[in-house]
Amino acid sequence: MRQAMLALIKRDARLARKQGGGFGAALGFILAVMVLVPLALGPDQALLQRIAPGMMWLALLLAVLLTADRMFQQDFEDGSLDVMAMSRMPFEIVTFTKALAHWLTVSLPLALITPPLGLLLNIDTSQLPILWATMILGSLALSMLASIGGAVTAGLRRGGLLVSLLVLPLYVPVLIFGVAAATASLGPSSSTPALIVLSAITLMSVVVAPWASATALKAYLR
Amino acid sequence: MILPLRLKAENIACERGGRLVFSNLSFTLSSGEMLELRGANGSGKSSLLRLLAGLNAPTTGSISLENGEPGASLAEQAHYIGHVDANKSALTVAENLDFWTTFLGGTKAPLSSFNLETLADDQALLLSAGQKRRLALARLRCAERPVWLLDEPDVGLDSASRLMLQNQITHHLEKGGMVLAATHTDLGFKTARTLQLGAVL
Repeated sequence: MRQAMLALIKRDARLARKQGGGFGAALGFILAVMVLVPLALGPDQALLQRIAPGMMWLALLLAVLLTADRMFQQDFEDGSLDVMAMSRMPFEIVTFTKALAHWLTVSLPLALITPPLGLLLNIDTSQLPILWATMILGSLALSMLASIGGAVTAGLRRGGLLVSLLVLPLYVPVLIFGVAAATASLGPSSSTPALIVLSAITLMSVVVAPWASATALKAYLR
Repeated sequence: MILPLRLKAENIACERGGRLVFSNLSFTLSSGEMLELRGANGSGKSSLLRLLAGLNAPTTGSISLENGEPGASLAEQAHYIGHVDANKSALTVAENLDFWTTFLGGTKAPLSSFNLETLADDQALLLSAGQKRRLALARLRCAERPVWLLDEPDVGLDSASRLMLQNQITHHLEKGGMVLAATHTDLGFKTARTLQLGAVL
């Protein structure tokens, strides 16, 4: 089964590279936010520095959301999901693997690139390590939760808006504790509690999201 | 001694979107046998194949495969070639087949089975409809599965490719496999049994 999982990740990574769209569009979105926010708020450097972690998290979160509706759509339309549902691999592992592939090709690269882009918002460079840590950790939860939205809208031609409405509530805890960990690092309090809660959210999404996506997709395959 | 496989469907009924597609359908199929599903459009040929593939559950009745691999469901012992080809158009022919071979637990990508060697490095996007169909059919040989569920397998195939399909099916039946094929044309098997599905009005 490990070989089958690896093959699926390799295929999705290759498709992501050849078709583009997912990561590129998301990166463009984050760049646009980073460039436009200072223009919109004016040259108040202290203000920018204060809101930088929140803005970066928000940009990352919405960028991942942009790519969510495509996660299962193609495989559903071209019949690949039928074959995968029949295989010896449990369908929950299929959805988990596809969400993992999404993390590796979209969310993780975005989580690695976003913190340095914060320099456009005059971010305090001492915050970069904690931002990297929370974003790498949180991005896995973002991909897993996005898979639920992607699965529910797999059969819809224009599922983008619906995905946002469905997944945004699930993203709220990730956003709150991701930002909390980053801002706590500036003040006297420790960012450890927020990091621990973020880890818990991530672990829970890894367990629950594949199961929820598999259930949603099975209803489509009928 | 290996007992011959037996696929048994008892009194199955299928409902789609609140409409009864067929009901009280029973049949058995043994190793080496082929069953052609015939009937008008909408009579439930594809629905029946999807039921057998485990993608949908029958409203009533039961489907079982006797003497199959222990612990494996019918779906896990079947290949299903539906209307859509399950090819990735951004990948090459070889990449498509390599993926399905590894994913389905096979050993070697069956490029030669449907004469795809010369197309191996072509993007699936550039293939003609018949070539895409051949690529989909080659999945039958990616891994060994005793039950083949084919939904109009010969759509878009030229006469040479139809012959390849016939050879593959013959070979499969000789090895003790079974084939269920929904078709409107003559696939060229005199011995095949026919199951006529009538639209329930």
